[in-house]
Amino acid sequence: MIFTLALRNLLHDRVRLAVTLVGILFSIVLVAVQLGLYLGSSRMITANIAHSNADLFITTYGAKSFEDGGVLLTDRERHQALSTPGVETVVPLVVSFAEWRKPSGGSSRVVVVGADSDDQGLVPWSLTEGTLEDIKAPDAIAVDRSYLNELGVSGIGDTAQVATGRVKIRALTEGIRSFTQSPYAYTTLNRARQLLGVESDRSTFLLLKLAPGADVEKVKADLAQKFESAEVLTKDEFESRSLKQWLFRTGAGLALIGGAILGSLVGTVIVAQTLYSSTKDHIHEFATLRALGSSKGYIHKVILAQAGLSAVMGYVLGMSIALVILYASRNSSLPLVMTPGLAFWLFALTLFMCAISALSAIIKVTKIDPATVFAR
Amino acid sequence: MTTTPVLQAENIVKELGAGAGLVIALKGVSLELVPGELTLLMGPSGSGKTTLLSILGCIMKPTSGAIRIANESIDGLSAEELARVRRDHIGFIFQSYNLFPTLSALENVRIALDVRGIKGFAATSRSEEVLREVGLGHRLTNYPRNLSGGEQQRVAVARAIASSPSIVLADEPTAALDSENGHAVMALLARIAKEQNRSVLAVTHDPRTLGYADRVVRIEDGRIVGEERRPEGINAPEITDLTKRRKLHA
Repeated sequence: MIFTLALRNLLHDRVRLAVTLVGILFSIVLVAVQLGLYLGSSRMITANIAHSNADLFITTYGAKSFEDGGVLLTDRERHQALSTPGVETVVPLVVSFAEWRKPSGGSSRVVVVGADSDDQGLVPWSLTEGTLEDIKAPDAIAVDRSYLNELGVSGIGDTAQVATGRVKIRALTEGIRSFTQSPYAYTTLNRARQLLGVESDRSTFLLLKLAPGADVEKVKADLAQKFESAEVLTKDEFESRSLKQWLFRTGAGLALIGGAILGSLVGTVIVAQTLYSSTKDHIHEFATLRALGSSKGYIHKVILAQAGLSAVMGYVLGMSIALVILYASRNSSLPLVMTPGLAFWLFALTLFMCAISALSAIIKVTKIDPATVFAR
Repeated sequence: MTTTPVLQAENIVKELGAGAGLVIALKGVSLELVPGELTLLMGPSGSGKTTLLSILGCIMKPTSGAIRIANESIDGLSAEELARVRRDHIGFIFQSYNLFPTLSALENVRIALDVRGIKGFAATSRSEEVLREVGLGHRLTNYPRNLSGGEQQRVAVARAIASSPSIVLADEPTAALDSENGHAVMALLARIAKEQNRSVLAVTHDPRTLGYADRVVRIEDGRIVGEERRPEGINAPEITDLTKRRKLHA
């Protein structure tokens, strides 16, 4: 009967129910979009690191992100790494911002990523046109399809100038987007060095694969002792450093999280207000229940059930709209991401939000004097 | 039929308000209720009838005095413990019925069982049984808005007796009803007292109800000023048959 009474109380005033649901709906959509953007941004920022085949990264000292390493490491560091017990392979990787001159004039910035596919360090992972072999051609480059317009080209075969050299698009990826809005341009290691005008032994990162059974922490400590101007990071450490740089030092992440918190607060206030007014409207019924001998706990359960039902209905509506927005954003420069985990936490947040909202109503009914049943 | 009191109130005093606004609503009231009797508590407005009913029903605490219900003293019990006493021993009938407008007749009765932990088929079956008992077997799924005042009060009676309480307390049960329905509800209360061996106390100032009482207690200015026992057989026999009564209304 608790759920029956709760549901009937909710349905009794359809307008108020609609206001409650709209409140929860907007709250859920706002939080889902903000967290979806946060998750989407995080994935974008860490995508290259996550797809690299490395147990450890050697970076120049203080490198803040994947795009921020400089091209300063030399063969010296590479050989030092190779001579460290437990290290199986060391793959150099060149990453640097460069100017992209459009064929029709004008320019924009790209992030040149140079790696040899045979080394299996980092290769573009979602080729939709062209192959890894095509990228080995002397002037070849691969960019993401979503940036073709921005780069002033139309597809495979088009040419442009990157920094000091000409390039031809020989492969296209899909879904590799850049948080900095400077598209990634994948090419071979040596071609990247040539384009950027750096010496042939230079690299931005060294990707280390460890021998089976090697102790990652021990190898990391051994390597750290050898380098004065380089750092050794695990994949997780490098990812979190990149996230910190782009999401928190720039304030973008804080804005997204702030928006999500604001959305939750607005939703909580709206639900609290409507639940309180619903409880006030049904106060004589709650007093009757009390006079009939119900415990306070029973009445609290009715109010919490009202909150829970509102949460479920609001969540279903809110998530439906959030999924439509998600779908619409799939080809945008910053697509939203929704995972089962995020969907679960959003539901938990909605329930929590509604439970908190029920507090004012619960405080109200706790003060009910059952003697008021005789006053009507 | 046992005559051991199921409710004993001794020297009940109730003060309301404070300071200059202090009102002594009850000034040392003593009363006993025994099973199988319909007792009427009569008196003018402001005499303390409803205050006494609230105290006897464990809804309000007396300022002083002692109350025992089913041999249990309720002195010093917390609000939750008093709620437990109400659940275990008392059924209420209110002047304005106090039905849940969003629940059907059946559900209005079921919820009284639900708060007592009786759920599922047992609750549904018992609710149907008591609604049939009060002549509403054909109105189970109707909502209060679709029931007449008399029918609503009979749902309230069914709700009060569903859990088989030993005491039924009714606050002006006929005040909102026309004469015909008023008689029907009083006949029902008299039947509940007699046939189900319960103590029924009805607060009223409606003289039409006198014919149904086994005992009439008069209260004025917070004091019991008189008590009369009605002779056997004085109950209005022509309206105790509810089925006949309903046909009459139809």
